[in-house]
Amino acid sequence: MKKASIFMIIGPLLLIGLYFFPLWNIILGAPQYPEPLGMNIHIDGIRDMNEFDLKNIDGLNHYIGMRTLPKPEDMWEFSTFPIVIGGMVALGVLIGLLGYFGKLSYKWFAGWFILMSILGVLGMYDFNAWMVDYGTNLDPHAIMKLANPDGTPMTYKPPLLGHAKMLNFDVTSLPETGAWLMFLGMMLTLLAFYLGWKNRNSTTQ
Amino acid sequence: MKKYKYQLIALFGSALMFTGCGNQNGESSSNSALASNNAEKVYVAPGEQDEFYAFMSGGYSGNLTVYGLPSGRMFKEIPVFSQFATSGYGYSEETKPMLNTSFGFVPWDDSHHPDISQSKGELDGRWIFINGNNTPRIARISLTTFETEEIIEIPNSAGNHSSSFITENTEYVVAGTRFSVPVPQRDMPINEYKANFKGALSFISVDPEHGHMDIKFQLMMPGFNYDLSHPGRDKSHGWFFFTTYNTEEANSLLEVNASQNDKDFIAAVNWKVIEEYVNNGGGELMPANYAHNVYDESTHTATSTMKKEVLTVDPLKVPGAVYFLPTPKSPHGCDVDPTGQYIIGNGKLSADLTVHSFDRMIEAIEGKKFDGEAYGIPILKFEDVLAGTVKSGGLGPLHTEFDGKGNAYTTFFISSEVVKWKLGTWEVIDRKPTFYSVGHLMIPGGNSRKPFGKYVVAMNKITKDRYLPTGPELEHSAQLYDITGDKMELIYDFPTHGEPHYAAGIPAELLAPKSKKIYRLDENKHPYAVTSPDGAKVVREGNEVHIYMSMIRSHFTPDNIEGVKVGDKVYFHITNHEQDFDVPHGFAMIGQNTSELLIMPGQTKSSVWEPKKPGVWPFYCTDFCSALHQEMQGYVRVSPADSNIELSWSLGD
Repeated sequence: MKKASIFMIIGPLLLIGLYFFPLWNIILGAPQYPEPLGMNIHIDGIRDMNEFDLKNIDGLNHYIGMRTLPKPEDMWEFSTFPIVIGGMVALGVLIGLLGYFGKLSYKWFAGWFILMSILGVLGMYDFNAWMVDYGTNLDPHAIMKLANPDGTPMTYKPPLLGHAKMLNFDVTSLPETGAWLMFLGMMLTLLAFYLGWKNRNSTTQ
Repeated sequence: MKKYKYQLIALFGSALMFTGCGNQNGESSSNSALASNNAEKVYVAPGEQDEFYAFMSGGYSGNLTVYGLPSGRMFKEIPVFSQFATSGYGYSEETKPMLNTSFGFVPWDDSHHPDISQSKGELDGRWIFINGNNTPRIARISLTTFETEEIIEIPNSAGNHSSSFITENTEYVVAGTRFSVPVPQRDMPINEYKANFKGALSFISVDPEHGHMDIKFQLMMPGFNYDLSHPGRDKSHGWFFFTTYNTEEANSLLEVNASQNDKDFIAAVNWKVIEEYVNNGGGELMPANYAHNVYDESTHTATSTMKKEVLTVDPLKVPGAVYFLPTPKSPHGCDVDPTGQYIIGNGKLSADLTVHSFDRMIEAIEGKKFDGEAYGIPILKFEDVLAGTVKSGGLGPLHTEFDGKGNAYTTFFISSEVVKWKLGTWEVIDRKPTFYSVGHLMIPGGNSRKPFGKYVVAMNKITKDRYLPTGPELEHSAQLYDITGDKMELIYDFPTHGEPHYAAGIPAELLAPKSKKIYRLDENKHPYAVTSPDGAKVVREGNEVHIYMSMIRSHFTPDNIEGVKVGDKVYFHITNHEQDFDVPHGFAMIGQNTSELLIMPGQTKSSVWEPKKPGVWPFYCTDFCSALHQEMQGYVRVSPADSNIELSWSLGD
C-alpha cells in the first residue's frame, strides 16, 4: 500500500505541468505557409506557437468572419481551470498521503481518477463547444461567405483531435506536453489503484 | 620558342575573340551531354534555395543588387546612393537625409566596389560597404535588414575609386581618391597640377558594435591617381596597398600623357604605424565640410550631420609608414592573396602580371634598399620586391581573386578571358573566354583569408549577341564558372543590372538565418508612429497637416479625412501594423510629387503631399497585400484655402 500511495502522490503532482506546458496545440499549415501558424492552448489562455501567430491567425480569420481569438479575460475557463487543476492536485496528494499512512482505502484512488476523468471529459466537451461556436458563429458581414457543395454555409470548426482540411489549410489538433503529463499522472493514479487492489489483503486492511 | 609560338596563337585567338561578333565559336566544343551536366549545376529547383548570396555593385545605378548563386536569380535591389521609387528611398521624409552631402541633396551616384565585413580575415556577414565614386561617399548596409544604415561623405577627395575595401577585422574601410585635387579646394590654374594637387587616402574607422563610421585620418599623398586598393591579409595585416597611375602627374589627355612611365607604383601604407602616430596626437586638424548620415533602425529615420574638420597626416612625418613599389604599365587591380604574401599589380597595358612579395618588401625596407624617392617617399627597387611574373599571353590584366587552394584567377579585359594560374610557380593552368570585355571577377570570400572556391563570377561590360536584343542598350552580363576542377567550366550566364563593377559573395548559411523578417511594432520609436489604430489622428500645425495613419490588411485608419485645404503641406505618417514576414503595404496619393512608399511590417514612413486643387482625392495601397487589396483605399477632401471646414477623420462610419 505504501508503494501504491507513492504513485498516488506522484500522479496528481504531474498535473502541475499544466501550469507550464500547453494542454493542446492547433497548427495551421499550407503550401503558402512553409512555417505554419500555430496556437498553444494553456489552461490559462491561448498563446502563440511562434511570436505573432495569433495576430496573423486573426488576420486570416477575419476574411471569413471568425471572431478574434479570446484573450484570457474573455473566457471564464481560463480563470477557472487553474483553480480546478490546483484543487485536484491538492486532493490527489492528500488522498495519497492519507493512503500512505493507512488512513484511507485504495478505493479512494479510483475515486480521484473517476472524478478527474469526468472533469477531463467535461473540459473536452467545453473546449469542443467553444470551437464549434468559434467556427460556426460567423460575422454576417464577413468578407467571404463560402458554402459547402450542398449549399449550407461553410463552417470552420477545427478538429478536436487529429487533422482536417479547411480551405487551403491543413489543420492539425493534438494534445501537447501538458496533456501528456496529465495523462501520465492519471495513469499513475490508476496504477496506484491497481497496486492497492492487488495488495488489498497484505495491508493493514 | 615553343612557348613563344603558343603566345602568338593565344594572342591571335584572343584578338579574334575581341573583334569577332559571333557567339558560337566559344561554345561549339561543348556537346549536349556537357551542357545538361552544366544545367544541373546551376538549376535550383522551385522551393530550393541558392548556396551563395552575390552582392553586385549597380555601377551607374548607384545601388547594390543581390543575386543567388548558382542560379543567377536576382533577389533584390538595395537602394544606396540613388533614389529608389520602388520603396520611396530618398523620397520619404525619413530617408531623404541619407542623400545629403556638402553639395546638397545628391540623389544618385556611381557605386563601385562592395566589400563584406570580416573578423580575423574571414567573412562575418554583419555589414557590406560600398563606395560612391562621383560624389565621394562610403555606405554601410546592414546584412540583417538589407538596408543602407549609414553614408559618410569623404572630403578632399574626388573619384572615390580605390574603395571600399576593409581590413581583416573591419578596423578600417578605405576611401582612396582616384583623382588628385587641390587640398583644400581653391581657384588655381589646372596646368599647375604638378606638385600642387594631393591624393587623399582616407581611413574610416568602423565601430565594432554598431558599425558606425568616422574618418580617423586622411593620408595626404602625392598627386597621383589612386586606382584600386587591397588590405594586407594575415602576415601583411596592418598594411594597405594602393595601385597608382598618372605618376607623370599629367593634367590633360591622360590617355597618352599618363601612359608614359614604364612603371607606376603600388603605394604600400603601414596603417598601424599611422594609427599609432594619430593616437599619440599626430596629424593636423583641417577645416572641412562633409555629411555624415545615419539611419536609426528603431526610429526608421535618418539624420544628417555636417562635420567640420578632418584629421590629415603628412606621410613624411611618419617615417616607415609609406613606400612605393614600382609596378609596370599603369597597374589597375591590386590584390593580395589569402596568405598575405603576394601583392598582385596588374599592368592594364601589359600582357604580364607583376607579383610582389611581402617578405621581400619587408627585407628591402629593413635593408634600406631604395631606388630614390618621390616627394620624399622612398621607392623600393623593382627587382628587390618582385616575387615573380605570370607570363600569360593575355592582354590587359585587371583583377585577381583566389580560390584558397593556391590558385589565382585574373581577368584580361582586352582579350576577354579569365586566366587561372598558380601562386608561387606563376604557371598558367587554364584560360577561358568571357563574353565580352570582362572587368572584375568574384569568388565568394575570394579577397579574404578563407575563400569559398567553388564558383567564379566574371562581370562583363559588353553583352551583345548573348541574349535577345533589347534595343541599343543591353544590361551587362555575368558569367558563372565552376572552378572545382583543374579546368574552369563556363556553366551559366545571366544579365546584371547597371554596371556591376566588383561584387562580394558569401555562403547563404552565414546570412539567411539572421535576416530580419519584420520590424517589431513594439520597438518602433518613430516620433510619428501609431502603434494601435486608436492612436490614429490628424493634427494641424499652421499650414502643415500631419496624418498619423495605420495600415493593416486591408484598410487604412483613418480612410476619410476632411478639412485639408489647398496650400497645405500634408504629411502622411503611416505605420504598417502587420507583424508577418513579407507583408509590406504601399501608399500612393494622387498628385503626390515624390514617389509612393513601401512600408515594411512594423515600420513607419512619411511622405509629403501638397494638394493644389479642391476636390476629393483618393489614396491607395500600391503593394498587393490580400484578397481585399483593391479595397485598401481612402479619400482626402481638399477645400479651398479660405474655407473653414474643420479637420475631421473617420473609419467605418
